[in-house]
Amino acid sequence: MLTFILRRLLQSIVVMLVVAFVAFLIFRFVGDPVSSMLGQDSTMADHEQLRERLGLNDPFYLQFFRFVANALQGEFGISYRLQQPVTQLILERLPATIELAFASATIALVFGIVLGIYTALRPRSLETAVVMTVSLVGVSLPTFLIGIGLIYVFAVELKMLPSFGRGEVVNLGWWRTGLLTQSGLRSLILPAITLSLFQLTLIMRLVRAEMLEVLRTDYIRFARARGLSKRAINFGHALRNTLVPVITIAGLQLGSVIAFAIITETVFQWPGVGSLFVNSVQVVDVPVMAAYLVFVALVFVVINLIVDILYFLVDPRLRDGAKSGR
Amino acid sequence: MSEPVLSVKNLVVEFPSRNAVFRAVDGVSFEIMPGEILGVVGESGAGKSMTGSAVIGLIDRPGHIAGGEIRLQGERIDDLPEEIKAKLRGKRIGMVFQDPLTSLNPLYTIGRQLVETIRTHLPLSEEQARRRAIDLLAEAGIPKAAERIDSYPHQFSGGMRQRVVIALALAGEPELVIADEPTSALDVSVQAQIIKVLKKLCASRGAAVMLITHDMGVIAQTADRMVVMHRGKIVETGTVADIIRRPREPYTIKLIDSIPTILRKPGEAFPPAVAANDDSAFVRIKGLVRDFEFAMAPFARLRGKTETFRAVDDVSFSIPKGKTFGLVGESGSGKSTCAKMIVGLLPPTAGQIFVDGHDVWAGALGRRQRRRSVQMIFQDPYASLNPRWRVKDIIAEPIRALGLSRNRGEIEARVAELLEKVRLDPAAMRKFPHEFSGGQRQRIAIARTLSSQPEFIVCDEPTSALDVSVQAQVLDLMSALQEEFGLTYLLISHNLAVVRQMSSNVGVLHNGVLVENGPVDEIFENPRADYTRKLLDAVPDISKVA
Repeated sequence: MLTFILRRLLQSIVVMLVVAFVAFLIFRFVGDPVSSMLGQDSTMADHEQLRERLGLNDPFYLQFFRFVANALQGEFGISYRLQQPVTQLILERLPATIELAFASATIALVFGIVLGIYTALRPRSLETAVVMTVSLVGVSLPTFLIGIGLIYVFAVELKMLPSFGRGEVVNLGWWRTGLLTQSGLRSLILPAITLSLFQLTLIMRLVRAEMLEVLRTDYIRFARARGLSKRAINFGHALRNTLVPVITIAGLQLGSVIAFAIITETVFQWPGVGSLFVNSVQVVDVPVMAAYLVFVALVFVVINLIVDILYFLVDPRLRDGAKSGR
Repeated sequence: MSEPVLSVKNLVVEFPSRNAVFRAVDGVSFEIMPGEILGVVGESGAGKSMTGSAVIGLIDRPGHIAGGEIRLQGERIDDLPEEIKAKLRGKRIGMVFQDPLTSLNPLYTIGRQLVETIRTHLPLSEEQARRRAIDLLAEAGIPKAAERIDSYPHQFSGGMRQRVVIALALAGEPELVIADEPTSALDVSVQAQIIKVLKKLCASRGAAVMLITHDMGVIAQTADRMVVMHRGKIVETGTVADIIRRPREPYTIKLIDSIPTILRKPGEAFPPAVAANDDSAFVRIKGLVRDFEFAMAPFARLRGKTETFRAVDDVSFSIPKGKTFGLVGESGSGKSTCAKMIVGLLPPTAGQIFVDGHDVWAGALGRRQRRRSVQMIFQDPYASLNPRWRVKDIIAEPIRALGLSRNRGEIEARVAELLEKVRLDPAAMRKFPHEFSGGQRQRIAIARTLSSQPEFIVCDEPTSALDVSVQAQVLDLMSALQEEFGLTYLLISHNLAVVRQMSSNVGVLHNGVLVENGPVDEIFENPRADYTRKLLDAVPDISKVA
């Protein structure tokens, strides 16, 4: 188990280095930063001086090494647009994105798994037919359309919920949370539902397909032949066997919910990392884009690591596999 | 006279489909007395498993009981509501399934599964149930049951898992046990032990057994009475000895005749024995070794530390042209690893393989030679044919891949000819594999093998996925083709009777070592190695009927 985690960590470091390299290349390809930093009327000598000071005359690998060393200390430079340290910008907006992501992931997991089990256990019922049809809509409609639709119904027509922003927030140290105020919670509802809908239908369909598969296996038949109760069979034996593939997909989906909440954040003007990224793209704010890239990679790597560890907890066969090193 | 434990009268099970109703079980009646073992035999599709499922109330939809009655201890059970039926399962009727590798939930320890089952049926505390589980496991022949109870299913071998399955089936002290092919997925030597355990446990509890199997040998050694099923009907009922010695119905006679036996039938010609390890032989295997490496922890590997497992250890034998060499052994003995090295799918660690004087592992030339002259027939005809290809393309693939012909008409003519050779209608070439039965598929696989005009064919368990009567046909076909084309076979099988019937020489593989090697009659009549003797003794055979 320990060697397995160590090996995974090593692999993760390689992945992070590759991503850092790509992020670093962005800097070099979007043009000379010096000319955008100095005005029109600067001399060649000024240029040369600044290049020397920023270390842009150093060899390529040295610059990359410096970039990685800075990144390790959380240094990604200064945003061109906002003239603030990038790390600080991201950290300020991270709580908003994470709260949104976890709210929608929770909705997606709870409803996805419950509905998936229900539709698998009653494959012929009317409710199943309805849920499956509606879920098709969830998969096929684009996120922004769902978001705008929800805003129209619940904010514009019914005037029940706010249509944008985070509402009132409370500062807990550097973490600025919207979960403790009523308006914060009300503001969270629509974006969280919008963001979760696609994941919800995906997880539901996955759970249903896996569960139907598991219910056909010999060990479920044998469990029934032993006279175990329906509850013990469906939730004790079948569900846990269903979870292995679901964990993989759900983990990756959580990653993409955090990393690519961009559209939802834009529609609801949610002050998170995603909208920061969109605004930065528009003005070619390279340090923010590079930092965002590295941040997204980090999120995926960490989630993958957690998923791998969860496998071990769920499936005893893997524990033995790791012992013999395979 | 006591009352029968189970009495089934005129049972009908139907499967409605879109435009027809298929009767899987059609008017079946039988009785099982307390403590009796009733064997139910028949080929796949005969309705024997369906009868068992009907008794325990586990028929998959849309199948249903359409007529007749099932009585347990005189009390009618087939018309009970589902909740009451569910209470009978495990408590009064237990069931053992075929494949021990898939009948246990892989994610829970066997102890948890046992305790759960025991507590469902008996009013015991967690602690008492656990103690009972340990007793049951010990009784089922699991050594060190108290230590092993917290192991997961994958930590047991197939035979041990089947013991766990039997313990689970008996956990609720049922009066009737339905065993559906309980030994078919196991090795011969393990089979005998499992039958013994099942017999012993049921006898000590006075439970009656309904033993469903296609293996007449198992019935001969285990059951008291038997019923023979064919197409959903019972064709013959009687004591085991009676039916095996004096079958009355034509179907039973055919079934019994097609069973290969390890004893040679009197009057049958002995194939001439040939000297083994002859240097002029067509196929020569010399000092074949294959190691598998277990990767250790990553840092140990850097220091060059690996643990190796020797799957095949210094195996040498030779096969003269036009003869068959049988290779027998249990699963894990290295039979299939040998086959893979001989056909060139797996490089040997050491040793050489010569086919017609060419070393099959010698560079590009050897490879080209080998691809044409060495072919292989696989075990599972359902898995070895590409389901999305037409039969024509499947059979023609070696011709195309080896560039033997590019002319479309010529290839088609060749495929038609091959289909005729394997006794199939040439019109079959336009169909897909799923339109054929298992036996027909294996013929298609054989036709594919023959299409490159090989001289040497490695057959890895060619008939073990097939019914007995189909097995006989496929084996006959293989012999006929051998005579016609002068083919040389390496026949790998765990079925000693098949090997005896087909081979002139035989090798016995045990833990990767060839423990014995020689003419087939010599080895079967006078086995020298202990292992061979053990293997031969374990074979369930209808000639051993009491």
